[in-house]
Amino acid sequence: MSAGMEACFTDLATLLDGALAPGERYTAWFSGEESDFVRLNRGRVRQPGSVTQRRLRVRLIQGARHASASLTLTGLPARDRADVLAALAMLREALPDLADDPHLLLPTSVVSSQHERSGVLPPSAAIVEEVLAAAPGEDLVGLLAAGPACRGFANSEGQRNWHAATTFNLQWSLYHRADKAVKSGYAGFAWDGGELARRMADARDRLALISRPPRSLDPGKYRAYLTPEAMNEIAGLLCWGGFSGRALATKQSALSRMRSGERLDPRVRMAEDIATGVAPSFQADGFARPGAIALIDEGALVGSLVSPRTAREFGLDANGANGEEMPEALAIAPGDLPKNDALAALDTGLAIGNLWYLNYSDRPACRMTGMTRFATFWVEHGKVVAPINVLRFDDTIYRMLGANLEALTAETELLLEPITYGERDLKSLRLPGALVSEISFTL
Amino acid sequence: MPFDSPLPDVRLDADFWSLRFVEETCESFTVRKNVPLPFAATTDRGAMATVYADGGYGYAATSDLTPEGLLAALDRAAGWARATARLALVDSRTLPRPAPRGEYAAPTGTALPSRREWYALLTAESQAAALDSRIVDWEASMDVRIATHRLVTSAGGDVTQRYRFLFPGLAVTAHANGDTQQRSLNGYRGLCQQGGLEILDRFGFVGAGRRIALEALELVGAPNCPSGAMDVLVMPDQMILQIHESIGHPLELDRILGDERNFAGTSFVTPDMFGHYRYGSALLNVTFDPTRREELASYAFDDDGTRAEKTWLIRDGILERPLGGAISQARAGLPGVANARADNWNRPPIDRMANLNIEPGDATLDDMIAGIDRGILLETNRSWSIDDSRNKFQFGCERGRLIENGRLGSVVKNPNYRGVSASFWRSLARVGNAATERVLGTPYCGKGEPSQIIRVGHASPACVFTGVDVFGGEA
Repeated sequence: MSAGMEACFTDLATLLDGALAPGERYTAWFSGEESDFVRLNRGRVRQPGSVTQRRLRVRLIQGARHASASLTLTGLPARDRADVLAALAMLREALPDLADDPHLLLPTSVVSSQHERSGVLPPSAAIVEEVLAAAPGEDLVGLLAAGPACRGFANSEGQRNWHAATTFNLQWSLYHRADKAVKSGYAGFAWDGGELARRMADARDRLALISRPPRSLDPGKYRAYLTPEAMNEIAGLLCWGGFSGRALATKQSALSRMRSGERLDPRVRMAEDIATGVAPSFQADGFARPGAIALIDEGALVGSLVSPRTAREFGLDANGANGEEMPEALAIAPGDLPKNDALAALDTGLAIGNLWYLNYSDRPACRMTGMTRFATFWVEHGKVVAPINVLRFDDTIYRMLGANLEALTAETELLLEPITYGERDLKSLRLPGALVSEISFTL
Repeated sequence: MPFDSPLPDVRLDADFWSLRFVEETCESFTVRKNVPLPFAATTDRGAMATVYADGGYGYAATSDLTPEGLLAALDRAAGWARATARLALVDSRTLPRPAPRGEYAAPTGTALPSRREWYALLTAESQAAALDSRIVDWEASMDVRIATHRLVTSAGGDVTQRYRFLFPGLAVTAHANGDTQQRSLNGYRGLCQQGGLEILDRFGFVGAGRRIALEALELVGAPNCPSGAMDVLVMPDQMILQIHESIGHPLELDRILGDERNFAGTSFVTPDMFGHYRYGSALLNVTFDPTRREELASYAFDDDGTRAEKTWLIRDGILERPLGGAISQARAGLPGVANARADNWNRPPIDRMANLNIEPGDATLDDMIAGIDRGILLETNRSWSIDDSRNKFQFGCERGRLIENGRLGSVVKNPNYRGVSASFWRSLARVGNAATERVLGTPYCGKGEPSQIIRVGHASPACVFTGVDVFGGEA
């Protein structure tokens, strides 16, 4: 598939090269996938299907004026060429209506790249049969997303970038009843039935624990261990503008107060670690991304993600950030608590398997709220006692990962983003678990 | 795009098939800090093929709309149906095979400005918002989206529906003394309707830049919202979020049937509740209303071809029916509504909210304020969080105003409140009259595996709730 997509993109880039008028430049961003999506419920197949899609966004630049057109491609060369030329004509007609853009910044050097990682995947229908066979009699609900996905960049200066990967991402939950369930995931490049069996066995072990009579806890402050999956929700909220160069410059970032002295625990280190993620090493304007960008070091905010536009607007250096200035491969460095010792170190408190639906209750104070979800247990003397009914937390990052942070686990988990709004996401996070002396629960 | 042209001759060995075509264009205009951002246009075009065969169900989405491309997509969908029929949750032979016929054209309203005129209008609002050095960011924007959808079915159905949506936006951020506060016109894209330029008049968009900026400055200098149990007067631009999260999502029948449990969540509502469960006080009347033409999710047929009608979901506080499309209705044995919707050609229909409204009551805004001894008026959603059963919630607003002894008082910042859906709606004490109602919505309702983000409309009057747990920001 990828070869066909790349040929389609290359053909259109060549077309654009030849279609420019004097004084015009272009950038082009390609996104394509051939995905299978199989939705599961009650241990059966609910909605199976396939999606083939290709999109191209062309930006036409004339001096400091520019505009973009994004269009669906058909994969039919003659039709796509005609559509791209029509889009180019529309943009050419629009440019006189526009003002010069004082914040336009384009790459000054040509950095081409090619990255392809082809997975070895069985047919999706066979994967689904294997998954359901591994959980006979269980109330399994989830989604398999699989297939190749690619991104490409081209510009009139001759830069060409291509990034393609064939992956699978299986996310599933085993339900006991009502909202009592355990959630699991298995994602990667090569399918391994043995690994699925191991993960399913682990899920069934945890399901036995979640099937115990639940305990309802009163609001209050509780000692807690957050798994990497729970940390994923906290990190995900921070990614929503927290590290944005523009949001920091305009005091809208939830981490703005770290620029005036607030700090996290010195053991907290966060980076945009493109080198170890699955995101492309280039962004939509054609800027190359460094392998890693330090964001928080020794508990202090030391960096931010700066898009070309923000760089020009605020006099900063662009560092390959996307337009939203959101991390695509956020990594939190490990600590020294062996994961297998986490419950013993927790002793008595909450083992939080997942959090859910986080949002800010006071963004400038980086105070956030959210719910416990899935496998969250009350633990006494290092042993699971009972699952808990859902609780709402409301606390600041400066307490949870600052004064109240006791340890980070020595192991980290690579979590591939399962979100598929519009297209399969290529983001990932690499995270440890965290032991926190107290978190405030309010409902 | 085969909206007006005949389809290929489909000879498919299947129980049922459909082709759903979608073409949407969007033009985006934004002026940020008095600088026009580059113009952006988007065209999206493709088709979803769905097939029932051998008791299975399958889909395939393609952007190749040639006869060969469509037939290939149908073949692929049929392949999925047959390959998974043995494992299918639902026997597709038991599902309805719709044959809708008709056309729908949403209001186009007053003609839209040219590109230059859009930028001039937005620049004027942006410039008016730049009042003070404490204003650190501000933006005026407009998305104009035009859509045509066509559904053709093997049972003889053929429906074409045409829409035009406007998404105006105004937001201003103020910073002072270490605090940052944002004020917007009815929230981020909360102001959205079908029609033309009259939508801006309806919401007072022109001239709002300065007013929003003044309110942002007022907020950044305001005290924190007080804490405690008190009455709240919730204005429509917060009510829409309250309706959405704690009535809309829990009533979605696919959630109740468990489809969403791995992602968006389940529901505290169970099938046995319909017909008798007291969801709210006797003042609560909730309708699914796709017939209100200016509202964001009005249409004549849903994406499975069910004709859309105004339907009561909650009447006088009693839960009557869920938000479930034809397939969910067949699975659950419950009545529902025409709400099987897909966010684009590349996603299958699932149960969505569409327009979900609270019917107006008889209280004037002055009456409601006068009836509160100690409380807060809450305006404009800015934060939302609710558990996966859609019960325990916590919401935050941009702006609060104290109400003391029946009089509106000073502005407070960071107003938050929390509660439990199952009991919150029973504390509904007053429902505003039609004069307090606003027709709003959001283009960003997320749900589904694979994920979908869809347009929903919410019309609501202002409402009073008693004994609500209110609190402010970090001290």
